[in-house]
Amino acid sequence: MTTVETAPSAEHPGWLGKSVPRIEDSRFIAGRGNYVEDVVLPNMLHMAILRSPYAHARINSIDSSAAMALPGVVAVVTGELLAQHNLAWMPTLSGDTQAVLATDKVRFQGQEVACVVAEDRYVAHDALELIEVDYEPLPAVVTPQQALEEGAPLIRDDKEGQADNRVYHWEAGDAAATEAAFAQADRVVSLSTFYPRSHPSPLECCGCIADVNPASGRATIWMTSQAPHAIRTVFALVAGLPEQNIQIISPDIGGGFGNKVPVYPGYVVATAASLLIGRPVKWIEDRTGNLISTGFARDFHMTGELALNGEGRMLGLRVKMLSDQGYAYADAQPSKFKAGLFHIVTGSYDIPAAHVVTDGAYTNKAPGGVAYRCSFRITEASFLIERLVNHAAVEIGMDPAEFRRRNFIQPDQFPYRSATGFVYDSGDYEPALDLALEQAGYAELRAEQQRRRAAGETKQLGIGIASMTEALGAGPSRDYDILGIKMFDSAELRVHPTGKAILKLGVRHQGQGHETTFAQIVAHELGIPPTDIVVQEGDTDNTPYGLGTYASRSTPTAGAAAALVARTLREKARKIAAYLLEVAEEDLEWEGDRFTVKGAPEKVKTIQEVAFAAYTNHPQGMDAGLEGVKYYDPPNLTFPFATYLAVVEVDTETGEWKPVKVVAVDDCGVRINPMIVEGQIMGGLTEGYAMAAMQQITFDSDGNCIGSNFMDYLIPTAMETPHFDLYDTCTPSPHHPLGCKGVGESATVGSPAAFVNAVVDAVSHLGVTNIDMPVLSSRVWEAVHAAQA
Amino acid sequence: MKQTITVTVNGSARTSGVEPRLLLVHYIREVLGLRGAHVGCDTTSCGVCTVLLDGLPVKSCTMFAVQADGRTITTVEGMATNGQLHPVQAAFHAEHGLQCGFCTPGMMLVAKAFLEENPDPTEEEIRWAISGNLCRCTGYQNIVKAVQAAAQNMKQTEVAQ
Repeated sequence: MTTVETAPSAEHPGWLGKSVPRIEDSRFIAGRGNYVEDVVLPNMLHMAILRSPYAHARINSIDSSAAMALPGVVAVVTGELLAQHNLAWMPTLSGDTQAVLATDKVRFQGQEVACVVAEDRYVAHDALELIEVDYEPLPAVVTPQQALEEGAPLIRDDKEGQADNRVYHWEAGDAAATEAAFAQADRVVSLSTFYPRSHPSPLECCGCIADVNPASGRATIWMTSQAPHAIRTVFALVAGLPEQNIQIISPDIGGGFGNKVPVYPGYVVATAASLLIGRPVKWIEDRTGNLISTGFARDFHMTGELALNGEGRMLGLRVKMLSDQGYAYADAQPSKFKAGLFHIVTGSYDIPAAHVVTDGAYTNKAPGGVAYRCSFRITEASFLIERLVNHAAVEIGMDPAEFRRRNFIQPDQFPYRSATGFVYDSGDYEPALDLALEQAGYAELRAEQQRRRAAGETKQLGIGIASMTEALGAGPSRDYDILGIKMFDSAELRVHPTGKAILKLGVRHQGQGHETTFAQIVAHELGIPPTDIVVQEGDTDNTPYGLGTYASRSTPTAGAAAALVARTLREKARKIAAYLLEVAEEDLEWEGDRFTVKGAPEKVKTIQEVAFAAYTNHPQGMDAGLEGVKYYDPPNLTFPFATYLAVVEVDTETGEWKPVKVVAVDDCGVRINPMIVEGQIMGGLTEGYAMAAMQQITFDSDGNCIGSNFMDYLIPTAMETPHFDLYDTCTPSPHHPLGCKGVGESATVGSPAAFVNAVVDAVSHLGVTNIDMPVLSSRVWEAVHAAQA
Repeated sequence: MKQTITVTVNGSARTSGVEPRLLLVHYIREVLGLRGAHVGCDTTSCGVCTVLLDGLPVKSCTMFAVQADGRTITTVEGMATNGQLHPVQAAFHAEHGLQCGFCTPGMMLVAKAFLEENPDPTEEEIRWAISGNLCRCTGYQNIVKAVQAAAQNMKQTEVAQ
């Protein structure tokens, strides 16, 4: 068990809790970031991808002769060519298979069919038009309900033993105990809802440059990857390249949000093309390619039932869900949990019994199921419970805040084991709820709402609450893995002779501020100022192994590793200081950045002096230097929580609505850099609002993707995005060395339900009980009219 | 057939032979080697390719390089003068107005042009001004704060001068 050290000494304030301006900003504000597209190699070729116009079709033939004849074209790569090298198919992150380039059939609109490699990117795109593909269209399956019908067209006929479109059936919790709870309930409340398909859409699309050196056999691949080490291992296992000959470099990443966790066909084909041609090959995806073929998120049809007693206490929860996986099961998630961590569906509530049944189905849509700013499907679970709880409060005529309060897990119940088996590390939910209510002026808002209702005003007020808890920070490795690779993380710290340092991590940030936050961790532990520390991530040759940045896991895992490796160096530094000061180690006091001799405070060795001695005057018999590596496997996940409260105004005549106040109270344990944490929360709230209000990827009955560019797939601008009022409480994680919990995704996980609850609340007196996301004005209008008909 | 164009970029005249179909953003990035303008959407929606053309913001993914012949372009690389950050750049750093940095050059150039036109904007006016530029990381709030702070600093500098 590691010790939690959160209180810096009075003499030395420490570096935790300080809003240090971001160190990485200097290159970005100067336009000197280094993203994949910025990397240019001598003799580089450009690759473009031909995609299927059909959602489902047999490929009769591909004729690339006209494309090959175009001056400047070097190669046209097809699935047939890849099949000769056993590379036409690859594993997904959940152990299913996915085509690199289609051979037999295309199974979604936008599927990769062929790639052109040319001297110039414009020529590569010209050549795509010259490839003749003879398709024989097949009926498309576009919903999971259709997919599971008797006689539905079989999508994965390439898979041996796959007789239908079912991907999985999975259950969690205790069915019998839950039945018993429902049998003794005074009241059962249920809600069915659909969490639509969404797309993370980082502003930088995916891309890579593969440079396989024909002489050395070494493959250097610059890639937009949130998890470069895992990618290296997957490449070694799939392509059979020796792992020491693969270097994955994730340079600066223009946003990820889960979209840049998977391996995409473009990466594989560019690497294969470089290997075959002997020149570097660059592939930069366009926005349509990104939206229609890369990792989508959500697409869950969900029904929840809550059993209640007469006092409004929750007795049991029953959940059924059906997930649309697209044509391949490609969720980025631990292999032990087939439907991700959806079974954390009991949320912040002490529900004695729960049972979750989930089914997944193949459809003719893009694969993905990435987490999109949530940990392994927790967003869907959180949305369901927070909508269901709100709905239940309305049904039993209790204030939704009071109903939550009555059912919260209490502080003395932690560590708390949920009915589906999660052990929550710590929590204190009521103060967060109370603070949100107080800051929003809840009582006054309810009074104003009553007034408007009584007056029958056109613009009604709605108040929506979500008191979410989520699980993040995977490992522990006993439970969490990706394709069998265990989910720990790592930090390597080298203190140079002049007392400056480099910290190398197995994670890879995409804007989360690691170069500042993690420098602050080392600063806090060793007293070296953050500006004297370089944080390096993303290059597999020069960082220790780790599983990458997603699932809000960097601070819970690599952050812990950074703190612990720094503490190890501090212990070595103590030995050196004792030697230099000619005292025993136990006679030294650590003052945050220096050792002093107890009772003789004028005898001092700073960390910088000790570092210099480590290379110039270290004790005989001790290894020189001041550096170390730590792999950290957390004993448990961490469980941050929050109350989000949205106040909206709804025009009952037009259905238009807008948030007028958004209050967020987040508790992510100890905050290392509050400015960065708040930045993460505001970004998360915006994406939560985006999903609640506008973002969705839909398909027509032929499987054509509606939402293949930013004119059809709406992302909020500064005009729609509301102002956020942020507050915090602090309940440290008992097992993280700094008491931190991770935060990047909390607001995206929790806030959609707050917005939907608010809109429904505004029109509940008119008889509306549910509106599915995205809550478009047209849907509000329809719901109001349907309720009143 | 290449066409010769001369464009004044960040104060220097640059002459190049370009294909008529070469997009302005590719000219800036690949011919001139200025990598601060990015490509994000191909449909003029996201604004990460924004540069200033004769002082006004344009989305350089939807213009041809030949259309810029004889005109003046400012990119993010031209914002700082004599090693001093432009007040907008300094404010984006101070107010944590950026995370991944991909939208940042375009966002800052829009803010620069906007503040030259409206030195004392309201929050609503700032939000409107940057609404052609998307950001997925920040939720815009700190970008708005940065533009407000830059306006404040620019006014004070003007008074001091």
